[in-house]
Amino acid sequence: MTNKVFSKRKLGYLPFLLPSLAGVLIFTFLPFADSLRRSFCTAVTGDFVGVNNYKAVFSNEAFRLAVKNTAKFVGICLPLLISVSFLAAYALSRLKYIRLIKSVLLFPLAVPTAALVLVWQILFSDTGYINNILTSHGHSAVSFLGSSASFRVLVGSYIWKNLGYTVLLWLTGIMSVSTAVIDAAKVDGANDRQILFRIILPELKPTLYTITIISFLNSFKVFREAYLVAGAYPDRHIYLLQHLFNNWFVNMDLDKMAAAAVIVFAVILGAIVLLRKAWDKEEQL
Amino acid sequence: MTEKLRVSSVYIVMAIICVIVMFPLLLAVILPLQASDELAGTLSPLIKFNGDYSKIDYIAQYPTLDNFKELLLYTPDFYRVFWNSFLITGSILLFQTLAAIPAAWAFARFKFKGRKLLFDIYIIFMLIPFQVTMLSQYLVIDCMKLMNTRLAVILPAIFSTFPVFLIYRGFADIPRDVADSARIDGANEWQVLRYIGLPLGRSGILACVVLSFLDLWNMVEQPLTFLKNKRLYPLSLYLPMLGADSGAILLSAAIVTLIPAVFVFVIGQEELEQGIIASALKE
Repeated sequence: MTNKVFSKRKLGYLPFLLPSLAGVLIFTFLPFADSLRRSFCTAVTGDFVGVNNYKAVFSNEAFRLAVKNTAKFVGICLPLLISVSFLAAYALSRLKYIRLIKSVLLFPLAVPTAALVLVWQILFSDTGYINNILTSHGHSAVSFLGSSASFRVLVGSYIWKNLGYTVLLWLTGIMSVSTAVIDAAKVDGANDRQILFRIILPELKPTLYTITIISFLNSFKVFREAYLVAGAYPDRHIYLLQHLFNNWFVNMDLDKMAAAAVIVFAVILGAIVLLRKAWDKEEQL
Repeated sequence: MTEKLRVSSVYIVMAIICVIVMFPLLLAVILPLQASDELAGTLSPLIKFNGDYSKIDYIAQYPTLDNFKELLLYTPDFYRVFWNSFLITGSILLFQTLAAIPAAWAFARFKFKGRKLLFDIYIIFMLIPFQVTMLSQYLVIDCMKLMNTRLAVILPAIFSTFPVFLIYRGFADIPRDVADSARIDGANEWQVLRYIGLPLGRSGILACVVLSFLDLWNMVEQPLTFLKNKRLYPLSLYLPMLGADSGAILLSAAIVTLIPAVFVFVIGQEELEQGIIASALKE
């Protein structure tokens, strides 16, 4: 039956898909293919220059700094967010009244960055409130936005914003582990630790996969906090790839932008494919 | 007894975490209610650098709505900016949902050549950060002579692939038989979408609207790139521009900006949670 319905209208899907597909092609896909071509040409004349743009990008000091900071940021934030949120979700999974806690943790997701810009400045400026507390207790003031401490502040704001999201995902994963299996293990004399490591954690690999991808992609959105609080040229410890793209755009360094966009695209695509492969392999075993 | 103790200590730890999470928001709510001379103790150290540090009075001496009066009666700029935000967010939401629903339906209901590949491409572009496609989008918009207009922000966002993916999740859960039986009863595919797809996929669509709204209301990168004229800026770029000098106005404007987001969060929390979970499920 199903086949008959489908074979009758082979192109029946087209009118449904076309508006979206046309838009995606015009605004994203084709232009991106075009910037792939551009990455091998000069910006002004359009002459073919081979990998020159790529060489220029890789030897660019700002690019190296931005890559280093972005990699460091992702490398610290991902494990931190994933483990903290797992601990929180595991603790929550054993409590009864968690609705309110969930809502509170999720709430920062709804808060526009701009609405808190001044609050962050009041808290973290050199003459801000936290330094007020520090100095009145005899510590020396810390330059939260103008030194290596800025990196930690940015990590903190990322965790603050994304904790609820990730806890929610973990919680769903933990709740979906069959209680029958856990009860059976308990009857057999397994303790909490054994249940956690032998039963719950192995079941959560798919959750881990999706949390990793989503947290990675959200990590690019800290640009909003970094840019709005600290400006286009923040302390060098939090100068990220996003700042670099923005500044190259303002200066119309289009050929460098094209090459750098292709590089970042390739790295992200590679990471997604690798993660997916690693995950599929686990699945088959 | 030890179990009870453990449970209550977990509650206490969670309460502490919740207080830390809500602390910046607490400040955002109490500060704009303070009179300007009281607020000066918080704000002037950020501007004047005379050796003082910022203080915070947690309990306002004379709580007042003067700052809001000042904002709503004597800052006509604010209405224009609010309207910008409203127009940009509203039109993107409307049109992206209209484009995404049939596309999601096509992916969920039809089997066509290249479907899997095309869907993978949609997912990949959903996962790519804005900075990567920024240049290519700029070139198209420049070519269409749309730079520095609201349409430059609106058009590319309408064709974001994220809504297609999220709504698809809702449609994919609809049992085949249900939709097919309607076809046999003589409905065409648009009617099936209208009378079966929409009601059954409703939660996916709502989830998408809630998640998108929260993200669009907080849009920074796109307007920053495509709008040069500051008169066109949405709230998310206008507020930081005010700076600590007009701190009282900024703080009350921030509350007004927060209200729609909080409203959507509160009424849409169920959908929001479902949307987050659905967006995470593996295809």
